Amino acid sequence: MGYLLKTNWWKWLCIILLTYTIIGGLLLPVPKLPILNETIRVLHFHVPMWFGMILVFTGSVIYAIKYLKTNNSKFDIYSSQLASTGIAFGVLGIVTGMAWAAYTWGEPWSNDPKQNASAVSLLIYLAYFVLRNSLNDEQQRSRISAVYNIFAFTLMIPLLFILPRMTDSLHPGNGGNPALSAVDLDNDLRKVFYTAVIGWTLLGYWIASINIRLSLAHQKIENAS
Amino acid sequence: MPAKLDLFMNHFTSLLFRLTFLFTILLAPVVSEAQVEMADNFRGEGKIYVVIAIILIILTGFFYLLYRLDKKTKRLEKEISQNED
Repeated sequence: MGYLLKTNWWKWLCIILLTYTIIGGLLLPVPKLPILNETIRVLHFHVPMWFGMILVFTGSVIYAIKYLKTNNSKFDIYSSQLASTGIAFGVLGIVTGMAWAAYTWGEPWSNDPKQNASAVSLLIYLAYFVLRNSLNDEQQRSRISAVYNIFAFTLMIPLLFILPRMTDSLHPGNGGNPALSAVDLDNDLRKVFYTAVIGWTLLGYWIASINIRLSLAHQKIENAS
Repeated sequence: MPAKLDLFMNHFTSLLFRLTFLFTILLAPVVSEAQVEMADNFRGEGKIYVVIAIILIILTGFFYLLYRLDKKTKRLEKEISQNED
């Protein structure tokens, strides 16, 4: 994160990749699948929200651990701002998923195990901010929320990746069918999908980096006065 | 002779059946693919480029906003470090 705060080249990479994602995602050929029809293109926009969320939360939990090791308040700011960006990605992921499901599964919320588990996982992360805002002592807030961050991250893994796979689910990648198989993700889709994941994740880090810098500036002003 | 012809016909029909079966398997995906509705006409008429143009305009706008926010933050950081000195 320290490196990302100092450099700018990856922001340009983000702009290029996302521009390519829009053009390629809407124009390049896609597999012709029943029910899905053209909505298969949502793959480049809905799925990267979740990939981006997980990658941003990974950054968040790494800095939570770093904070616990060093007690440096800088890492607490990194961790919390990354977490809030991650939640924004998760909310966008769930809303776009509902819109997609309304046209392919028949209803926006079918209590599918994947939907329920991702909602629970988001609620756990929302509680992270409830916890943060309820503690007044700075050191205590940083320490407890860092521990809770690790807890939330480790809960997210089984909620998103293991539990939905143990039952039947409409969502690709669950109930026995892998999502990134040759059937679900053919070579036409791959050309855009991977760049989309990197592009959207970089956008997340970009937004988080601005929030982090503003938080650091705020902290400096408070310390000076 | 009739027995031999019978045998030949038997072979022939079974071959025919096999061929039909083979073609059904081979052609099934093609047929089902043709039935899947895609926005082929829409693309042909070229209107999709309007959509892409509009999305790109919005994306550029947001990137510009982010860029400005980035700059503003940098200015704020500079101001703070100058005040410290």
